[in-house]
Amino acid sequence: MNRRRKTIFLICFTILIIFAVFVGGAIIPETALKADFAVKNTAPSLNHIFGTDWMGRDMFLRTIKGMSTSIMIGMASSIISVIIAVLLGTLAGTLSKYTDNVVCWLIDFVMGIPHIVLLMLISFALGRGFKGVFIGIAITHWTSLARIVRGEVIQIKNEQYIKISRKMGKSSFYIMKNHIIPFVFPQAIVGGILLFPHAILHEASITFLGFGLSPESPAIGIILSESMKYILTGYWWLAFFPGLMLVIIVILFDILGENIKSLIDPYTSQE
Amino acid sequence: MNNIPEIEIRNLSVTFNMYDRGLRQKNIKVISNLCLKAEKGEVLAVVGSSGSGKSLLAHAIMGILPKNAVVTGSMKYKGLDITEKRIKDIRGKEICLIPQSVSYLDPLMKVGNQVMIKNNKSCFEKMRKAFRRYDLCENSEKLYPFQYSGGMARRALISTAEQTEPSVIIADEPTPGLDRKMAYRTLKYFRDFADRGKAVIMITHDIDIAVEYADKISVFYGGTTLETTRAENFIKGEKYLYHPYTKALYNALPQNGFKAVKGFQPSPYEVSEGCIYFDRCDKRQEKCRGNIPVSVFDNGSCFVRCIYGHSV
Amino acid sequence: MMTIKYIIKNLIRMITLLVAVTIFSFILVTSSPIDPVQSYVGAGVAVTPEQREEIAEHWGLNDKPIERFENWFENIIKGDMGTSLIYRKPVSEVIGEKFQSSMILMITSWIISGILGFVLGIIMGVFKGSFVDRIIKTICLVISSTPTFWIGMMFLMIFSVNLGWFPTGFSVPVGVSADSVTIGQKIYHAILPAITLSFSSFSNIALHTRIKITEIMESDYVLFAKARGEKLIDIIKRHVLRNALIPAVTLQFASISEIFGGSILAEQVFSYPGMGQAAVDAGLRGDIALLLGITIISSIFVFVGNIIANILYTVLNPKIREGGVYSE
Repeated sequence: MNRRRKTIFLICFTILIIFAVFVGGAIIPETALKADFAVKNTAPSLNHIFGTDWMGRDMFLRTIKGMSTSIMIGMASSIISVIIAVLLGTLAGTLSKYTDNVVCWLIDFVMGIPHIVLLMLISFALGRGFKGVFIGIAITHWTSLARIVRGEVIQIKNEQYIKISRKMGKSSFYIMKNHIIPFVFPQAIVGGILLFPHAILHEASITFLGFGLSPESPAIGIILSESMKYILTGYWWLAFFPGLMLVIIVILFDILGENIKSLIDPYTSQE
Repeated sequence: MNNIPEIEIRNLSVTFNMYDRGLRQKNIKVISNLCLKAEKGEVLAVVGSSGSGKSLLAHAIMGILPKNAVVTGSMKYKGLDITEKRIKDIRGKEICLIPQSVSYLDPLMKVGNQVMIKNNKSCFEKMRKAFRRYDLCENSEKLYPFQYSGGMARRALISTAEQTEPSVIIADEPTPGLDRKMAYRTLKYFRDFADRGKAVIMITHDIDIAVEYADKISVFYGGTTLETTRAENFIKGEKYLYHPYTKALYNALPQNGFKAVKGFQPSPYEVSEGCIYFDRCDKRQEKCRGNIPVSVFDNGSCFVRCIYGHSV
Repeated sequence: MMTIKYIIKNLIRMITLLVAVTIFSFILVTSSPIDPVQSYVGAGVAVTPEQREEIAEHWGLNDKPIERFENWFENIIKGDMGTSLIYRKPVSEVIGEKFQSSMILMITSWIISGILGFVLGIIMGVFKGSFVDRIIKTICLVISSTPTFWIGMMFLMIFSVNLGWFPTGFSVPVGVSADSVTIGQKIYHAILPAITLSFSSFSNIALHTRIKITEIMESDYVLFAKARGEKLIDIIKRHVLRNALIPAVTLQFASISEIFGGSILAEQVFSYPGMGQAAVDAGLRGDIALLLGITIISSIFVFVGNIIANILYTVLNPKIREGGVYSE
C-alpha cells in the first residue's frame, strides 16, 4: 500500500471510530445505565466487557457515554479556540506593531499561569460545573496556535505578491481576506484538530480534580475520579478501561491531525 | 591517453523520490546521463545556470545526497568504483569538497576549531598554516562564523581542503558574493591547487571566470553535460565549439554581442527522451528525439553530445 | 551591554505580566458565585444571617471590590497573602510548608525528565526513520496522549496495591506526627509520584528534541562535516550536542509550567500533601486567599523559568553574546 492510500485510509478510519463513539454515546439511553445492584462490581466478562461499577452499571456503556460528552466538549471548545487563535494571530501579524505587542503580551499572560491552575481559577469563577470547564477549556487553548498563525502571517506578509498588492493600493482588509486568510485556513484546520487532544485531556483532568462536570453527569473524568475510591479494593477495571479509552481517542485525534497535515503540507510534516 | 583520470563519471543519474501535496508520489530526475572526467593538474569547470542541480553533482560524488535520492551510473576514483563504503574512507582525505556558503560552517563553533580535523597540535599547526596562506589573521581563528565576512568565510572553507592532502578538490560555486578582486584571488587558489598536481572540479555559473581560470569547461544543462571542451576554445571562437547550446552561451557573452538564448531551461519535471536542448535548438531534427550519440575528440579528453558530433 | 538591556526589558515585562495575573485572578476569584461563607462552614450546615454577616464582615466581604483589592494588593506587596480558611494559618506559612514537599517532587522529575527526554530525543533524531526511532517515537506519542493522573493511578495500582512496593498515599506514614518523619520516609513516599511526573513529562521534551536534532542532522554544516569524513560519533559530539543544547535548555526552563500542572494531578492521585493538593482543596472549599496565593506563586515560578530561559539563551548563543561582525 503506498503512502497516499495509507494516509487516506488512516484518516477515514480514525474519523469513523471517533464518529462511532460520539454518536454511540449520544444515543445510549439513560435507562441502559440504570443501577442493577445484583451485578455490582463484576470483573470484565463477555456480558460486561469493561466490567460493572458499584451500582452495577455497565462500564463499557458508561465509558462510551462519557467519551461522547468529552468529544463534544473538546470539539466545541477547540472550534472556539481556533477562532480566537486565527483572529488574534492574524491581527498581530497584519496590523501595527502595537497590536502585535498587545497580542504577544496576552499570549504570555495566558501562558503565565500554569494551565491547570488557570482552568481551576476560571472554573471556580464560573461556579464550577459544565459552564466552568467548557469556557475554561475554550478560552485557554488558543495561545500556541495563535503564535503559529502569527508567525505564518508575518512570513507571507513579506512575500512579494502581498507587497505588490499593497503597492497597488489594496486595503489591509482586502489583503487579509483574499491573501492571508485563505493561506492560514488549512493551518487552522490542522491546528484545531491537534488542539483537540489537549482540550480533551484538560477536560478530563480538571473534572478528575473536582472542578469540572458535576458528579451526576456521564464524563470520563468523573468515572476516573470515582474509581479512585475503589483503587485499593482491587477493582482495577474501573480505572483501567475508561482511561485506556480516553488515551485511544486522544491518540486517534493525534493521528488524524498528523495525517491531514501530511496531506496538506507534505514538506514540513514529520515523515 | 593511458592516464587514468582522477575522477571519471559515466551516465550518472540522480532521481529524487518526493511527495507532493495530497501525498502524490513523484520522481524528479535532477541529473541524467551525466559524463565527466577530472584529470591531474587540471581545473575542470562545470558551467551551468543557477538552480540547474550542479551542487547535487558534487553531493553525489561525496555520497551526501539525502536519503530519498536514487543514484545510478558509474563514478570512479583513480579507476576504481566509488562505492558507498569507499567514499566514507576517502572523503575529506583524498577528495575534498569546498562548499558554497557560510551555512556550511557550524554556527556555534569557533571557525579555527572546526577547520581543524582533530584537536591536537599538528592539526592546529596545519590550520594556522592554511589560515596564513589565505590571509586569515590569528584573531579570526577565535571568531564564530556569523562574525565572518563573505570573503573570510570563503577562505576559511577553502582552508578546510588544506588540512589533508587531497588529490581531488570539488569547489561548489566559489565566487558568488565576492567582489571581482576577491573572486579572482579565490580562483587563483584553485589554479595553485591544480598546479600542485591535484585535480580540481569547479562548479560555477560564471562562464567568464571559467574561461579565464579553467583548463576545460563542461557545459551543464538540464541536469546533464552537453559538451566538454578546452577553455581556450571559448577564446578561439564559435567554430571551435560544437554543441548548439555551447555556441549560444558563447554568443551570449558580453564581448560577443550579448545575444540571449530564447526559451527556458527545462524543469526536472518534464525530462523527456532525446536531446534535452531540443525545444530551444534552432538546428533540431526529427532524429534529435531519439538517442543522442556522444562523440569524443581531442584525444578522448573532450566530448559533445549532439547528433552533429564535432564535425560542424 | 546588549544582554543587560535585554534582561532588564525582560524583567519589566515579567513584572507587568505578574501584576496583570494578580489583578485578573483576583477578579476571577471574587466574582465567583460560590459562596465562600457556605463553602467555609460546609455544605448543608445552616448559617444564621447574623453569623453570616459576622463572618463576612470579618473577612471584609462587604467592602466594595475595589477596596478589597486595594487592601489585598497592598498586603501582597508587603508579603502578607492573608489567612487560609482551611488551614487557619497565614497563607505564606501554608505555602512555605507545602512548597517544600512539592519541590522535592518537581525538581527530581524536572531533572529526570529533562535528561531522559534529551537523550531519547537525540537517539531518535540521529537515527531518524530507523526501527529504534519508530519504537521510541510511538512510545513518546502514546505517553504524551495519556493523562498524568491516569498514569499515576496505574502506577498506584501496580506498584502499591498489587506489588506493595510503595505506600498508597500521604507523604508520611499514618500515625506518625509530621515533625518526627525522617528524610528517608519522605523520600520513600515521594518516589512513585516523582516517577509518575517524570514519566508523563519526558515524552514532550523527547519529541521536541527529536525535531530539533532532525533539523540539525539535515543542516548544511552537518552535511559538510560528513563530506569532510567525520564519523557519526564525532558529528554528534562536535556539532549535534552543541547545537541542540541551547534549545533544549531553553525548553526545559520554559516547561516549568507543565511540571507544575502535572504535579497538581500527581499529588491528587497519591494524596501527596503538596502545593497541588492545597490548591485543589482551596478551590473546592472556597479558600480564596490560599487559591490566590498559590496562583501567584505558581505564576512567579513560570515567569522566573521563562526569564532564566531567555537569559540562558542569550548567554549561550554567541550570536547574541558577541554581537557585531568582524570586518577586515
